[in-house]
Amino acid sequence: MSEASTLFEKIWQRHLVRPETADTPAVLYIDLQLLHEVTSPQAFEELRQRGLGVRRPDRHLATIDHSTPTTPPDEKGEYAWYTAQAKKQVDTVHVNCAAHGIEMHSWDSPNRGIVHVMGPEMGATQPGMTIVCGDSHTATHGAFGALAFGIGTTEVGHVMASQCLLQNKPKTLGIQIEGELGPGVTAKDVILHVIGKIGVGGGTGSVIEYFGSTIRAMGMAGRMTVCNMSIECGARAGLVAPDETTFAYLEGRPKAPAGEAWEEAIADWKTLKTDPGAVFDQLVGIDAADIEPSVTWGIHPGMVIGISETIPGGENDALNYMQFESGAVLTGEPVDVVFIGSCTNSRLADLRAAASILRDHKVATGTRTLVVPGSALTREQAEAEGLDEVFLAAGAEWREPGCSMCLGMNGDIARPGELVVSTSNRNFKGRQGPGVRTILASPLTAAASAVTGKVTDPRKFLEESA
Amino acid sequence: MSRPDIESRTFNLAVENIDTDQIIPAHFLTMTGRDGLDQACFHAWRFNQDGSEKADNPLREHDVENQKVLVTGENFGCGSSREHAPWALLDYGFKAVISSRFADIFSGNALKNGLLPVVVKPEVAAYLLAHPDSGVSIDIGRRSLEIEDYGEFEFPLDPFSAYCLMRGIDQLDFILQGADDIGRYEQSHGK
Repeated sequence: MSEASTLFEKIWQRHLVRPETADTPAVLYIDLQLLHEVTSPQAFEELRQRGLGVRRPDRHLATIDHSTPTTPPDEKGEYAWYTAQAKKQVDTVHVNCAAHGIEMHSWDSPNRGIVHVMGPEMGATQPGMTIVCGDSHTATHGAFGALAFGIGTTEVGHVMASQCLLQNKPKTLGIQIEGELGPGVTAKDVILHVIGKIGVGGGTGSVIEYFGSTIRAMGMAGRMTVCNMSIECGARAGLVAPDETTFAYLEGRPKAPAGEAWEEAIADWKTLKTDPGAVFDQLVGIDAADIEPSVTWGIHPGMVIGISETIPGGENDALNYMQFESGAVLTGEPVDVVFIGSCTNSRLADLRAAASILRDHKVATGTRTLVVPGSALTREQAEAEGLDEVFLAAGAEWREPGCSMCLGMNGDIARPGELVVSTSNRNFKGRQGPGVRTILASPLTAAASAVTGKVTDPRKFLEESA
Repeated sequence: MSRPDIESRTFNLAVENIDTDQIIPAHFLTMTGRDGLDQACFHAWRFNQDGSEKADNPLREHDVENQKVLVTGENFGCGSSREHAPWALLDYGFKAVISSRFADIFSGNALKNGLLPVVVKPEVAAYLLAHPDSGVSIDIGRRSLEIEDYGEFEFPLDPFSAYCLMRGIDQLDFILQGADDIGRYEQSHGK
């Protein structure tokens, strides 16, 4: 290995239990596995059948998020389960975690929430770690300079039994973003723009490191939004080197190091950056000035335009499904549902952004608007600063935390043909319900669209308040 | 090594584009265990709504004990990436599937779980589909498929999958064989 290393190579090297050979992949040590109800039951079952235990329960952290209702329980404490199987999945993960001594953040935990919101909020996500979860949006944790990726259920079982994962060494892709973002342009617009530019296969087989002045200027919520969607361009993971912003976020969180250990950790974390002269397998440059509020018009996250641009042609299947015409603009399209939430955009900063537009406005008649905080803690913090009042006064729904309408597993879905402006991460056909049409957008664009009932450029509202 | 790794007779499902929803219907995905996956395998082809066997069940004549190699039309395993598909095929009793083309994700999931996908040229697949219950010998080390009364053919297989299949281990066995290394790593890295 050359002396100058990328951030990825440093983390990779630190976690090699066995290096790759011609015949066998590398054995990589995993510092933390996050569990939820959907992709864990068969992994626990596999362990049971083999007579194996969980090697390091202390390196596992579980919650419930995908199948859970986002409406409060009734007076008898009963939740409105979408299906009996959903309830069974949730019951099963509780039983399994209790049996194996794994820390579970259930209904009564102040930290319960979307697994990729909870980990960082608890300070469990730390620079230099390897983190996995049976969920493709695990790349979110890369915002802290952790190597984090989604895995399948078989691999979830591997990590439970061995705390290790087999990996072929990925390639590296550097994405440098320089300059100041314009008014109304957010981290979500940056990552949508990036995916639109490099395509849904542009990151295949790679670990992306995002760097440059635009990334440095982002808070942790923004960096998480960017890393979260790395999978949507095919990348295995996304990374941002830790810096003072990262340290300030982590300091004092329940699972972050404290006292002397904190000082030691900081000294180590400061070494976690790509050395000058280190070489990426591929490099892409983005100018922040080229990015405007971005929206998807089609059926995958690479079908992106700036909100003032026109819909391109040549994708008839996508256009037919979305009922859009090439050459048209999206602004002015009637919107049936607005969803503000998901592991991409459900953090306090996202809710504040949405509230900045919904404050002193009403949601348009006929546009159902759901605001679903990412965790119980986020919900509590939002309520402490009165954001719930803002959403409710505007006529939006203020829900309990969970994955909700991002994938609709818990029954939070729209009706066939409805158009949803959504702050989530996937606009695949039927993702938010059979026949439902999804436009991915930032919390600002979503909130602006909720107010007008049409796809709306959020800069219109910024001018108004200026 | 002289003994073939898989020696069996073939069973045909002469259908193209068998997707993972056919191999295991979506309503089995919310299962929280792995019991009953053999029943779930090709469930909608084998059973009526009331659980009785379908009159035209294409697997009715299947001799599970002696026919452990499935031969299918091209593009086997397309559709959703569910790992339940290879689990169901293995639980049902298949050890290998022969087709002229497999969906990528299915191939990866199959190999991860010890089910061998054998890619052959279309004319070889056509021969097997025209000759049900053929005797086949598969030698993983040599990447060789020998078909009785027909010929011997090479098939592609990545080195690590071959390594595991030849030793009769899956990926987890491979990791756990290095348990001492894991312990040493934890010690030396303060984990």
